Amino acid sequence: MEPTTKTETLDIEGMTCASCASFVEKSLTRTPGVQRAMVNFATEKATIEYLPAQATPATLKEAVVKAGYGVTERAPDTSAADRQAEIDQQKALAYVKLKRRFWVATVLAILIMPLSMLMLWPAMMARVNMHWLNYGLLVLTLPVLFYSGREFFTSAWNGFKHRAANMDTLIAVGTGAAFLYSLAATVVPGWFMRRGLMPEVYYDTTATIIALILLGKVLELRAKTQTSAAIKALMGLQAKTARVVRPDGQEVDVPIEQVQLGDLVVVRPGEKVATDGVIEEGTSAVDEAMLTGESLPVEKKTGDPVFGATLNKTGSFRFRVTKVGADTMLSQIVKLVEDAQGSRAPIQRLADKVSAIFVPTVVVIAILTFVLWFDLAPVEARLPLALVNFVAVLIIACPCALGLATPTAIMVSTGKGAEHGVLIRNAEALEKAHQVNTVLLDKTGTITRGEPAVTDFVPAEGQDAAQLLQVVAAVERQSEHPLAEAVVRYADAQQAPAIPATGFQAIEGKGAQASVNGQAVLIGNFRLLDEAGISLSPAVRRQADELLAQAKTVLYVAVNQQAVGLIGVADTVRETSAAAIKRLQAMGIEVVMMTGDNPQTAAQVAAQVGIKRYFAEVLPSGKAGKVKELQAEGRIVAMVGDGINDAPALAQADIGLAMGGGTDVAMEAAGITLMRSDLQGVVTATELSRQTIRTIKQNLFFAFIYNTLGIPVAAGLLYPFFGILLSPMLAAGAMALSSVSVLTNSLRLRSFSPAKN
Amino acid sequence: MDTAEIIVTLTGLALSAFVIWYFFFSARQTAAAVSTSSGVQEVDITVKGGYSPDVIEVERGKPVQLSFYRDEENSCSEELLMPDFSIRRDLPAFKTTLVELLPQQAGTFTFTCGMGMLRGSLVVK
Repeated sequence: MEPTTKTETLDIEGMTCASCASFVEKSLTRTPGVQRAMVNFATEKATIEYLPAQATPATLKEAVVKAGYGVTERAPDTSAADRQAEIDQQKALAYVKLKRRFWVATVLAILIMPLSMLMLWPAMMARVNMHWLNYGLLVLTLPVLFYSGREFFTSAWNGFKHRAANMDTLIAVGTGAAFLYSLAATVVPGWFMRRGLMPEVYYDTTATIIALILLGKVLELRAKTQTSAAIKALMGLQAKTARVVRPDGQEVDVPIEQVQLGDLVVVRPGEKVATDGVIEEGTSAVDEAMLTGESLPVEKKTGDPVFGATLNKTGSFRFRVTKVGADTMLSQIVKLVEDAQGSRAPIQRLADKVSAIFVPTVVVIAILTFVLWFDLAPVEARLPLALVNFVAVLIIACPCALGLATPTAIMVSTGKGAEHGVLIRNAEALEKAHQVNTVLLDKTGTITRGEPAVTDFVPAEGQDAAQLLQVVAAVERQSEHPLAEAVVRYADAQQAPAIPATGFQAIEGKGAQASVNGQAVLIGNFRLLDEAGISLSPAVRRQADELLAQAKTVLYVAVNQQAVGLIGVADTVRETSAAAIKRLQAMGIEVVMMTGDNPQTAAQVAAQVGIKRYFAEVLPSGKAGKVKELQAEGRIVAMVGDGINDAPALAQADIGLAMGGGTDVAMEAAGITLMRSDLQGVVTATELSRQTIRTIKQNLFFAFIYNTLGIPVAAGLLYPFFGILLSPMLAAGAMALSSVSVLTNSLRLRSFSPAKN
Repeated sequence: MDTAEIIVTLTGLALSAFVIWYFFFSARQTAAAVSTSSGVQEVDITVKGGYSPDVIEVERGKPVQLSFYRDEENSCSEELLMPDFSIRRDLPAFKTTLVELLPQQAGTFTFTCGMGMLRGSLVVK
């Protein structure tokens, strides 16, 4: 066995010319244990293959230094998963800190509250020195403000320097004002008394606001981590290692990053498929639910593609790696979902505009509230009233609810879509999908399987069906023609035993011939038999005409120069199509079909799946035109295609849905890609988009209503009529709950599951 | 109206005017991207209660690399959104996060924090 080498890459410092590079290279090559060294002057990197038994990264560095150059220590390349792990760790740490700050604020607020209310018990009041009580409250409030609430102040100040104002600005100004007033009343009560004012303190307000806002933040952070749970789950699906077959036949577990294109990988039952590839040996059933949403395992045999992160169920197989890293299906799905989560929904536009000017506007409203109360309230109470309402306005306003309304719903729903095999390109596509009132289906590959299948097997009178099928399958097994494959599939489904055929010969454009059990067999079109001088009996001819009338392709079978049977082949309707179409119609969507077939066939398929309107004899180039035609009727059209020659139509439609993983072109043109090859995906996509938009609308409605009602009430608008004033502490409670409610509403989308028929 | 009322009213109005001017109309910190030899336009942005610089000028059709250094732990800035480029990125605290994009169209594209409170704009010329 050849000893394994390791590869190390070093960043070289101080190389000024190409000859320096060769100098470093020489020095490295002479180091014991180094098999090969390559130094690239342009990239300033050295790639070294070495035997770990004789050399180490340290000795390699030494060799570079000996040559008179330096090695830059570089941070190890971090993968997306590592980076995510680091971010998660930071977030977890931030959450722990936040909780601690919350508890400190809460405990102190609970102490401060009853002490501030001593005046409610006059008997108690008489025994306490007001002056010292206030100092006591001040001492209790300081940690709340400067430990628990410090972040609000630093954030507000940092924002202020950037001419930016955020939620923290409002809280900092609000609690800061209440605190400063109280501080003044504590330190110089005489100044207030001289002006006929009670030196009241608002330490309880300050502490309670901070405690409640922190409570809101704790709840919010907890909910927010759940919005991206789906994508994290997707990322976590990636296999960590692969069992690679070395050229000498040895099987070795290697980290997934080291798997290369062309490697042969072994997968045993119960194991995860490491990356994308094509099966070279073996058969199995593979669970692809994580990628496609299809719950039934998919049968795989030699030549079939397999995808990384899917789960091998029954058999073991070997596959040749065709894609690694960012090119794999899983990586592309993750990328697509990430992109969608970063996109903006048009529905968000108003909320965006409002939140851009929200905080400064609220500050101005608060200032004006203060001025009005000061000017209009009775002299003896004007200052406390102005202050309390000023603080209430600042605290109740909640820009967060506006900011969270749309993106959180989009995040949850795009993740949820991926779980069900519905990949949404961006938020705009999601929004468009809910307006759709017409779905245009390209028949082939969507309603039907898009591949021929045997629909009729008609032996001539006096022939044994089972035996004839064996003979036919024996010939067709040798052929690569799609029609032949359909016949073989049919024979396999009927469990016809395989028997050998000899002397197989394909006859271009007509069919094939071979000999089975010493009999000469011909299978092909009418011309094949005609040219061989074989005539059809009137009965066979009539049956053939019948099949042709149903728009089926007819294969003629002759044994020993005698026509012995017919095979009808047609593209078949998927079992799920009719149910999915019915479901769409129940949702108030008109389903229209288009096909290149003649009107009779079109009518037949349409009737079979319950479609009332269809376009027949549509040429591939005319598909986009049909979309336009429907759009001209004022319809909002979703186009569903399998991606083969319908990219222009997908792009023309208001929203395009590419089916069956789709081709790359179709995925580009489509707003939504359906990983599963059946129309149920269209139903799922439509339902998901409707539910998401409904959630967003609820969120936005709530956020707008909350602020437009809350701010005037906090400003004291109801006071002249009903004598109602909003305590700043209640305002803080409302504010803390408002953003949490929006988030919780978005998280309800996590329970989305498509209607099953 | 007594003196106190007059003082409070005038101060209040002046403060309001200042807030409106300061947040909406005052001049912003603008920076133009520096092109490297390989043709990538690079800009360093510090994230601390906002983005500095917060107006970034780049040229159309050339790749742009934005290095966001988040100089705080405040959760407001933990997410970066560039909806026009379909970018949503977590910015780890006290770390530099690279964001690469290729602006194809001229125009002004806003980038914000996760809640749309902190704002900056990418001006593509």
